This record gives sequence, C-alpha cells and structure tokens, in this order.
Amino acid sequence: MDWITDWGLTLVVFLPALGAVFMALTPKGRDSTIKFWALVFTGLPLLVGLLMLGRYQYSDGGFQFETNLRWIPSIDANYHIGVDGIALPMVMLSLLVTFLCVIYSCWHLPEPHNPKLFLALCLLLETGMTGTFVALDLVLFFIFWEVVLVPMYFIIGLWGGPRREYAAIKFFLYTFFGSVFMLLGFLALYFQSDPHTFDIVLLQQAGVLSMTKTAANLIFAGIALGLAIKVPMWPFHTWLPDAHTEAPTVGSVLLAAVLLKMGTYGFVRIAIPILPDAARTFAPFIGALAAIAIIYGALNCLAQVDLKRMIAFSSVGHMGFVMLGIATMTDVGINAAVFGMVAHGVITGMLFFIAGSIHERYHTRDIPELGGLVLKMPVMGGLLAYSAIASLGLPGLAGFWGEVTALLASYNPLEGLDLTWFRTFMVLGGIGTVLTAGYFLWMLQRVNLGKVPAQWQDKNFADAQPLELAAWVPLLALILILGVFPKLILDVTNPAVVELTQLLTR
Amino acid sequence: MVSTVKETAEALPGVIEIAWLIPVIPTVCFFLIVFFGKKLKGKGAEIGIAGIVAALALSIPVFFKTIGQLGHKDFHGYSKSVTWMEFGDKEVLELGYRIDGLTVVMLLVVCFVALMVHIYSTAYMKGEVRYTFYYAALSLFTGSMLNLVLANNLLQLLVGWEGVGVCSYLLIGHYWEEKENSNAAIKAFLTTRIGDVGFMFGIFVLFFAAKTFNIQAITEIVEEGHISNTVLTTAALLLFAGAIGKSAQFPLHVWLPDAMAGPTPVSALIHAATMVVAGVYLVARMYTVFHASPDALQVVAIIGAITMLMAALLALIQNDIKRVLAYSTISQLAYMVAALGVGAYTAGVFHIWTHAWFKALLFLGAGSVIHAVHSNNMSDMGGLKDQLPITHKTYLIGCLALAGMPGLAGFWSKDEILTGAFDSATHGSTVGWVVFISASLTAFLTACYSARMYFLTFRGNPKYDTSHVHPHESPAAMTTPLILLAVLAVAGGWIGLPGSWNQFAKWVHFGEEHAVFSFPVAAFGTLLFVGGFALGWAMFHKGKFRFDIKKSPLAWSYKLLENKYYLDDLYMGVIVRPIRDQVSRFAYWTNQNILDAVVNAGGAAALGLGKSLYKNVDQPVIDGAVNGTARITGKIGDTLKFFQTGNVQYYAAVLFIGIGISVAGFLYFN
Repeated sequence: MDWITDWGLTLVVFLPALGAVFMALTPKGRDSTIKFWALVFTGLPLLVGLLMLGRYQYSDGGFQFETNLRWIPSIDANYHIGVDGIALPMVMLSLLVTFLCVIYSCWHLPEPHNPKLFLALCLLLETGMTGTFVALDLVLFFIFWEVVLVPMYFIIGLWGGPRREYAAIKFFLYTFFGSVFMLLGFLALYFQSDPHTFDIVLLQQAGVLSMTKTAANLIFAGIALGLAIKVPMWPFHTWLPDAHTEAPTVGSVLLAAVLLKMGTYGFVRIAIPILPDAARTFAPFIGALAAIAIIYGALNCLAQVDLKRMIAFSSVGHMGFVMLGIATMTDVGINAAVFGMVAHGVITGMLFFIAGSIHERYHTRDIPELGGLVLKMPVMGGLLAYSAIASLGLPGLAGFWGEVTALLASYNPLEGLDLTWFRTFMVLGGIGTVLTAGYFLWMLQRVNLGKVPAQWQDKNFADAQPLELAAWVPLLALILILGVFPKLILDVTNPAVVELTQLLTR
Repeated sequence: MVSTVKETAEALPGVIEIAWLIPVIPTVCFFLIVFFGKKLKGKGAEIGIAGIVAALALSIPVFFKTIGQLGHKDFHGYSKSVTWMEFGDKEVLELGYRIDGLTVVMLLVVCFVALMVHIYSTAYMKGEVRYTFYYAALSLFTGSMLNLVLANNLLQLLVGWEGVGVCSYLLIGHYWEEKENSNAAIKAFLTTRIGDVGFMFGIFVLFFAAKTFNIQAITEIVEEGHISNTVLTTAALLLFAGAIGKSAQFPLHVWLPDAMAGPTPVSALIHAATMVVAGVYLVARMYTVFHASPDALQVVAIIGAITMLMAALLALIQNDIKRVLAYSTISQLAYMVAALGVGAYTAGVFHIWTHAWFKALLFLGAGSVIHAVHSNNMSDMGGLKDQLPITHKTYLIGCLALAGMPGLAGFWSKDEILTGAFDSATHGSTVGWVVFISASLTAFLTACYSARMYFLTFRGNPKYDTSHVHPHESPAAMTTPLILLAVLAVAGGWIGLPGSWNQFAKWVHFGEEHAVFSFPVAAFGTLLFVGGFALGWAMFHKGKFRFDIKKSPLAWSYKLLENKYYLDDLYMGVIVRPIRDQVSRFAYWTNQNILDAVVNAGGAAALGLGKSLYKNVDQPVIDGAVNGTARITGKIGDTLKFFQTGNVQYYAAVLFIGIGISVAGFLYFN
C-alpha cells in the first residue's frame, strides 16, 4: 500500500474538492444523496489520514509523505507538500472537524435550505484548510490560504445571522488585506533568495537568504501582519466576533477549530524558521500583543450578552496563549502552541456546536434570557459545563496543557529575549487564567443554573439528539484523552519542534 | 529521566507496586456513576462506596508496609513512575507516585473520612436532587485528592489540586437553583484560583532552577545547596500563595465560610478534613524549600498567626452552626500553617491528622442536628441532648477534642504546636513569640466557642418551634460514622504521645527532629482549655457576664466582626464588581468604538476611494477603451450579485492596485 506514502497527502487534500464536484453534478433536491456524498468525501480523507498515522515515523522530526513536482516552472513554483509533527496534528484536526461538521449538518442545516451548495462549500473549505497545512511552497501555501476565504465568505454571507453581509465582507476583506502584505513578503523572499525559490524547506536552510537586517524585518512584518489578522492577534481581531456571531453553527465551528490555526501555523512554519533573526526582534512585541489579547479577550468576554460572541472573544484570549508560546521561540513554547492549537480546536469547536444547538432550540443566545438549562436539557447542559470547564484550563482536560506550558515557556524564553518582559507576560497570562475562569463560571451560572425562567417553563426542548451526539462524542472524548495523555500530541510534535528550534539557535 | 531519584533497586513490595490503583479506582468510579449510576438500585452510591472501600483496603497495607520501612536509614520512600510526556530535548514529565510517611498518613485520613462521608450521605442525601451526580462528584473528588497526595511531581500534584478544586465548586453549588449557592461556588473557585496562579509560577521557578518537576529530586537538589537563596525564597512564597488559597488563610480565606452552602457531608470531607489541608500538605511536602529560606518560613508563620486569631474571633459570633465550624477550620488550619512556619514540622502534620477526625465528626454531627431541626441556625436549636443521644455524645467529644481537653486527640497536637512555638520563641525568634501568643489566645477562644456551640445546640431550652419540629435521632448510616470518628477523636492522638511512645514522629519528621514535651506548656494549654471552656459555659449556658455588646464601648469591634473585617466588601467593591461591570464594559467599548471603528473607517475609505475612482477615472477614461471587457465583467458581476450585495469588487480592485504599486516599489528600491 505504498500509494499512501506517495499520494496519501494529495488524496487527503483533493478528495473533498472532488466530492464537491460530485455534488455539483447531483441534481438539486436530492438531499440524501448529497449528504451521502458529503459524508463519503469527508470520511474518506479522514480514513486516509488515519492510515497515514499508522505509517508516520513518530521519532522523525523531518517532513514525511512528501511530494515535490514541478508546477509552474516560469516562477519556480512547485507542488511541494509534506507533513511533519507540527503539520500532522493540524491536518488531522481539519479532517476530523470537517467530517463532524458534515455529520452535524445531516441533523441540522441552516436556512435558506440548500444542502448542495452548503456542503459543497464545506468540502471546498476542507481542501483549502488541509492544503494550507501541507503546503511546503509559498505559492501553493498562498493559494490554499486564499481558497479558504471564498467558501467561508459564502457560508457566512448566505447562511449567517442578521448582519451576515457585513460580517462576511469584513471577514473576507480584512483577511485579504493581510494576505496582500503576506504575499509581498513571499515575493520578497523569492527575490532575496539565491537561487530564487518559493520552497519553504529550502528557504529555511542557512545561506539561501541573504539580506540586510532592515529588509528581513520588513519582510517579517509583512508576513506577520497577514498571519496576525488570521490568528487573530490583538488589535486585529475585530473581524472575529462578527464573523463568529453571524456565521451558521458549522461555519463558527470550522472557523474556530481550524481557520484561526492557519495564522498561528504560518508563524511556526514560515515566518519564524525562515526569518529567525527578525523573529527574535519581533518576539517581544508578539509576546506583548499576546499578553494583551489574553487579558483583553477575557475582559470583553465578561461584557458579552450573546453566548456565541462570548465564545468568539474567548478565542482571542486562547489564541493569545498560543502566540505567547510561539513568541518565546523555545521548544517548550512551540510545543505548547501546537498543543494549544489542537486543544482550542476541539474545545472551542465543541462550545460553538453547543451554542448553535442551544440557539436552535431557544431561538436566542442571550445569556441573561437563558437560565436553568440543565433542568430543561440535562445532557446538553452537562456538555456545556464540561466544555466550558475544559476551556478555562482545568488540568486533566485538554485546555490545560497548552496554557500551562505556554506560561512555563515564557518564564524562560529563548536566550537573548528579555526576561523581564516575558515574565511580565507570564504574570499577565496568569491573571488571564483567573479572568477566564471568571467569565466561564459566570456564564454557566446564568445559562445552566438557577430556576427556569417563566418564558421557558412550558416549552419542551429535545435534549441532545443522536446525530448531534455522534458529531460531538469524538471531540468530547479528545478533550479528556488529550488532557490525560498529552503525550499523544507531544510525541508527534516534539521531534519536529526540536528540529525547528535548532534553526533558531544556529 | 531524572537521575537523582533512586528507584528502589529491588522490586517494590506487591502492594506498593499497585498503589497507583488507589487514586485510579475512585476516578474510574466517577465515570461509572456518571454513565450507569442512575440505572442502579442505589443510584450510584454503591459504586462510590465500593470504590472508596477498595482504595482504603489498598491504603492500609501500603501504610503498614511503609511504616515498617521507616526505621531503616536509607529508606526515603517508595517511588515509581512512567513518562507522562516529553518536550524539548531533555524535559520529562513523569506520572508517578511517591510513598513515604507523610503520604501514608494522608492516605489514611483521606480514605477513611471519605468512606465515612460516603456512608453518611446515603441517609443524609436521601431523596435530595441530583443524588447520583453528588456521588459522582464525591468519587472524582476522592480520586483527585488521592492523586494530589500520591503525586511524585509538582505538575501532577497541580492536576489533583485543581481537580479537587473543581469538585469543590460542583459540590458547593449542589443546590444551584438558589443563586447565592452558585455564587458561593464561583467565589470558592476563583479565590483559590488566584492562589493557584502563584502556585503554578512557583512550580515554574523550581522547574527552571532544578530542571525537574520531581519532588524528591528537587528536595535533593535544594539540600545540596545548588539553588540560590533568592530563588528559593521566591519559589517558597509562590508555592505558599497556593496554600493560602487552598487552605483558606488570610487574606484569601473568604471563600470557606460561604462554601458552607454545600451539603454538610461535603463540608466534612472537603472543607474540613481533606481538600483544605492540601495547602498545609503542600508546604509540608516541599518543606525543604521552605526550610532553606528563613524569610519564607517567617511569612508562613506570620500568616498563620494572623489567620488563627482572626478566624477564632469570627467563630465566636456566628449563629449558623456550620459557619462556626468553618471559621474554626480556618483557625485550625492556621495552627498547622503556623506550626510549619516555626519549624514544628511533625506537630503541624500531626494536627492535620487529629483535626481531620474531630472536625469531620463535628461537621457530620452538625449535619445530623440540621437534619433533625431543619435549620442551620443555633437560634433554632437548643436542648437537643435527649432527642439526639448519639449525636449529642459524639458531638460533645468532638467539641472537647477541638477545645483541647487533655487526653483527647486535639490536645496532643495542639500541645506540640504550642511547645514548638514556645521553643522557637525561647530561641530568640520574635516570630516565635508572635505565634506562641497568637496560638495561646486562639486556644483560649477555641475552647470558648466550642463550649458556646455545644451549649447553644444541645443544652438549655429548645428554641425551635416545638409544635412543628420533632427532632429525632438520625438513622444508623449517619450515627455509625459519628461513633467511629468519635473513637478516633479520642484515641487518634495517642499515637503521638510525647516521648518515646511517639509513633507519629517516627513516620513523619523533618531531619533529626525530636518530639519535645514541656510540662509547663502542657499545663498552660490545659489552663487555656479549662478557662475558655468555663467562660463559654458561664456566658452561653449560665448567662453570666453577659452584656449587650452592641451598646457597649466595644460596639465597633462587634461591627467589625459582624462584617467579617469588611474583607468581602473590599474584594467585591474594589476588585470583582469593577472588573466585572465597569472595566469589562469599558474594554468592550474600546473594542467597538476604537479598534473596530478603525477597521470600519478603513473599509469606508477604501469604498469611497473605489467609488471616486469609478466615477472620475474608470468611467470617463478607461471605460471607453475597454468597454468589451467591462461588459463581461459586468455579466459576472451580475451573477455574483445573487450571492451578496456588498462591494467586494471595489475593495478588491483597490487592493490589487495597491499590490501592484507596492510590488513595483519594492522591486524598484531593491
């Protein structure tokens, strides 16, 4: 079965796009056929992904399942893909979450009813996301990066809430605005490298790039801006609450669980290893923005009335922890970041699922209007509490390890980085964990606990349904399993992270 | 792997080999109860009880095996671990356990009290809401607490530490239909979390100083003097911040009285005998670090001295019987903390042991009384001596043990602490004097409020509505634990008798410490007990020396106590409410009106520019030339219009022009 080694990754990336074609050919209205194709074409990549897990060499920190074909010779752009221990968890996360989103969609589709277009867009999105995580060529990376924008733009714009158009355009243009600078950076890297290349692996090698410090800093700033908007880092995060609030449930889940990670992944894959010296210059600023994000995100959460908007702001804080880990530029910090990305993906994805299902039943997400939800729906309420407690970083659940190790790393960042600053960030992060606990527990108190308000007393809400649970159980299980056995992720990431950090200290 | 930890060369004794099951069994029971509890006859309680019986059944042989080894010179405890995770080049986090004298003492305390509470609750919680979930949370709590006790490294200890915290949150808020109960739960979680952040940073400091999380390894590295004093002081104070939160010491003690909102058996287990002593346990476990930093130890002692007196005074004026016990617990925990602070290591840990029995007894007894009169307030009790004979007798034993009656458990540990403080004081330590004086006053007050509590509850005339309330003794499931704990409240101290009979000091000691006995101090302690108890009896039973404090010149002090030194108001008014209501709203305001406004303005500007370009450049100039192209674009545009009505095209056009200019510029300047 050598085809997995050679073509597994390509299959994983393009099977969903092929599925979208199949669905385009299916006549409209045949909903069950369409759902079937969607399940098949998200299930198959997941299956291939699992098979790849079986063949992956875990102790090897380099790239595996590599394919490198000439693609656009005139600009030296190659179809170069591969995964290492940093990309692999991201790819698996994308495959799993998209599959679960399709399962969830089999239970519930947002209005206006158009499963064909909706699911086809989800599949296209999957191709873009996994493509971004496996691309080892800057042109390829950029194309996948942009491919992601379009389906998400339509998902928000067509199936979103009342302010969907504003949110969709803001999402699209803000990210696009950032990508312009990122693209400029990529082009600059190409012209500054000798021989000219877009290859991410080559660009990381010593001596390929030669330029002045200022040029390197400018290029880093350009790329970092594009990535920072996607993460999103404070103060570039304002598109996020709008996009999340307006997006349909599945859109929010994909956005939180996967799309945001493209930004942080870009830092780890491209910006930092290719331009380590510039990264060192910028690290304290990134750390500072991250620390601000943690506190600022938490404070904003306290002020939210809309449940989904609160979860969106909580992402700002959590991605702050991830960026703080990255900013330390140490093996501990980057391991923390990758772990944090996966943990945030499963936990926040889960929270958005539940928020969507609550909205589906109550037709409101206003925290003060809800109340006594556990009395109405014990399972749903229990899962909300479980996910919220995971998100506030309880040890033994997944959220803890990413945060605690990020803080641990910022106690002792890469040599040469300012200790005082990073320890200040650590303290701010610590305060952030208290605030995070505060807003989640306060939310739980108002949503889950207390007596059932008069307006809901006579209503009958169906507790979590089988298809909902089918979509959630894998995430719920992962939250616990990764919390108890963080090794499962760290054994994958660590060899790759160690290789990466060797680039930073050379 | 950390090389400094010497794994026992020969294979571990069988029961030690499987000691990891002790925390695992109750944790597994949690899941069993959650998934299957409701379908069972006992609604899940039987799983919980079976789990804790198994944990206790394993703990007892572990205890005997370990104390049998403690005499041997080279024996530093059993340990066993597997790699939990690796990160970076060298850093390893283990998952493992370490068993020494301190561990086994704690194992017995946790398992036994947990068992008593599990049994007691079958009757006490009968018919209550969420009965099954209650047992699930108890099991998870027990598992986490045992993990905390057995952990061989600090991060694993932190996992247990936070685990017990969240169970405490769940159980305090058990009756969450009432908002004040869930408020109490949140308050408990957040207040302790503040300390936990310090604890976490303390772990970081030690990790980077010692390059390991392993407790034994850190201990050895500190003993060898490889870590500077500044670092040790920092680490010790940060760890102590965690202890202040968890063990409810000043100024983070405010959560514990509110935590009484939880069911009473929970208070007995979590908020008296086990979780709240985790802070003291942490200091004892990391004592090498504290001992190496005299400054840190002084802080520990002073905090203990302040807390014990402050809380004992509050215990004196409470009407709610559980709140008397809560403040008493804070005060007694402070006794332990202060003991460790003045170097009386064995005495401090010994007080964990004795306090667990008599305080669990008192809480469960209080539960039995509350069960009978349906009120927490002592103003609704009185004269219950005959209606509740077993509860009465056992409660009296508990009160006397708490008050420090010679011969009972509390006396011996309290005496050791007083002796330790006195010893430190006479060796020229000012802090020693502070602790000794504070501890003496506290001992007197303790005896006084114990007497007050006993007499107001069981003696005198009934104050409940005798026409409606007919108190009767609780069922055997509740009285049996009371009797067993009463036995321990009497005899539990006998293993720590002064002199050569002292077994406890052989199990738990720091360095070559001797258990000292000083007859004058013991006599002084007895005097404090007699005086305090007699005063309580005279004032609250006989009605002597009573005066209306609210009209006396001491009215201000009463007001101060009534308002709990205004600490709650301070925290709520200065920290919690401003952050929750004002700072957060201001942050959101800046988000909407500054950060987002910039983005919107940018969008509007681009849109304006696009429109203006379209009107002034595109239409008159370019359009003529490229009319054909434009028509096609327009067609596409029309199609796309179906999907949205925004102006993406304009923005995109402007942006692409921007790219072009920038690329050209970049190339030009290179």
